[in-house]
Amino acid sequence: MIDTLRLTAEEAKRLLEAREISGAELFAAYRAAIDDRDEELHCYLHLCDDPGGDGLPIALKDVIGTKGIPTTAGSKILDGYLPVYDSTVVERLKAHGLRILGKTNTDEFAMGSSTENSAFGPSHNPWDPSRVPGGSGGGSAAAVTAGLAPWALGSDTGGSIKQPSALCGNVGLRPTYGTVSRYGIVAFASSLDQVGPVARTVRDCAFLYSIIAGRDRSDTTTVELPQPVELPHAEDVRGLRIGVPRELNEADGIEPGVAAAVQAAIARLEELGAEVGECSLPLSVEYGLPCYYLIAPAEASANLARYDGVRYGYRAAAEERLEMYERTREEGFGDEPKRRIMVGTYALSAGYYDAYYGQAQKVRTVIKREHDALFETFDALVSPTSPCVAFPLGARTADPIAMYLCDLLTIPSCMAGLPGLNVPCGLSEGLPVGLQLIGPQFAENTLFRIGHALEQAIGFDPVPERLR
Amino acid sequence: MSGAAGERVFARIGVVAIDREQLLHVAHLARLELREGELERLQGQLNDILEAVSKVSELDLSDVPPTSHPLDVANVWEDDEPRPCLTAEEALANAPEREGDFFKVPPGGAA
Repeated sequence: MIDTLRLTAEEAKRLLEAREISGAELFAAYRAAIDDRDEELHCYLHLCDDPGGDGLPIALKDVIGTKGIPTTAGSKILDGYLPVYDSTVVERLKAHGLRILGKTNTDEFAMGSSTENSAFGPSHNPWDPSRVPGGSGGGSAAAVTAGLAPWALGSDTGGSIKQPSALCGNVGLRPTYGTVSRYGIVAFASSLDQVGPVARTVRDCAFLYSIIAGRDRSDTTTVELPQPVELPHAEDVRGLRIGVPRELNEADGIEPGVAAAVQAAIARLEELGAEVGECSLPLSVEYGLPCYYLIAPAEASANLARYDGVRYGYRAAAEERLEMYERTREEGFGDEPKRRIMVGTYALSAGYYDAYYGQAQKVRTVIKREHDALFETFDALVSPTSPCVAFPLGARTADPIAMYLCDLLTIPSCMAGLPGLNVPCGLSEGLPVGLQLIGPQFAENTLFRIGHALEQAIGFDPVPERLR
Repeated sequence: MSGAAGERVFARIGVVAIDREQLLHVAHLARLELREGELERLQGQLNDILEAVSKVSELDLSDVPPTSHPLDVANVWEDDEPRPCLTAEEALANAPEREGDFFKVPPGGAA
């Protein structure tokens, strides 16, 4: 009997290679778990049949284009869309023999922090189904935690991998901007979007990253990794200097239970040999969120212009062309994409461009410089990933700004193109608390090393109590 | 997180509220046909959001260059060689309506 709740990808790979289990048995075990639990959790929007072979199964966030497999981005406007080509990351997974279990739920166009903006209904947190799994990649994160996939891919613009991983209690990496191809990914905000892995262990996360990372000639913003991915094994962090930015650790709204779990983990890092020091990001945290909520909607308003009912996706019935465009977009988009399209269009419109978008791009420079300066002293920075644990469904849907604040701590480093790793570090109110590790560009190996050592030392049980 | 915490993060500074006429203008630029009711709700939310994000104008950044991309990458050159691309049939596979090798759309209306 395969226990998909505890099986790591690394162990599954070993069992397959030793022929202790077959590829078909492994795939079937995840399908059985999905049949068993996904009616309640709604992690998947679409399930795939076993294509055969002995590779590991994987779940993909539904913004990742898959040839011949529906790709909706959680939006009615892409309902029924069947991509005619694979995204580069999917080509790389297939080249490694990986088999797609299905497509996972997401806030519409990855805009949200709870999956409640999905046009197909929210996903639920495996620790407590009355609560959200985080977002936008809540489907991928909940699927991994609930044993409905050994690992998954997500995408992160301002926290959509790290925040759901924090709320579901698993490991999620937002890679350095440019290390993973965006070719074939449904675009949200192109200067911020990054695909990345979600897994049950840091080693699995690192391994999956090694498969998808690297330059792609179909995405000219990609670069080759300066050094290969190293699977972490050391159980200490001796010689590493870790900074604790005051503003990221003491921000208004960080729940006491979250702060306590993160502080305990920081103390653990010191015991493991790290040199820990306080530091400051005075402007990045204060101005990060307003900066993000100008740049991301501005880029989104341009990217979402392609949904016009002409070439693919939903088309509303209309007599005239302009009417067709406007009605298609009115009926096809949900509230959050509309809000962001409107904010972005306004911020880019004549007379406002310099004051909003131009100024936000300068703030972005300030944020990047502040982080760069800290990395002259520190190898990595640490903070909570999310200010709060998983919150009840419906708790933040009425107030867009309350939802935006979920990403307060993940956004600043995203603006600077930096990698960030979420590692579970304990429980608060019986729900997982995530710790965020931020490194300089291309420092994924350092983050994996720290994350792995911490994971071993803490011994967090990633299986929700109610499923044990 | 309470609304009070939100206000501290997104400090409220004076911006001119967006009126109904502007809202309709922006909706037209974005090719969105907003419905009654939706229009009123969006107007309130948009004003809250714009007021919040206009916090970026507090900083004097006249000497700071803008960042449009987080990596220091310059132009990327490739040899100008044809590569396989989508066939017309593939490109049209998801068309809501087609005629021969064309996407078909309703006539008329401005752009």
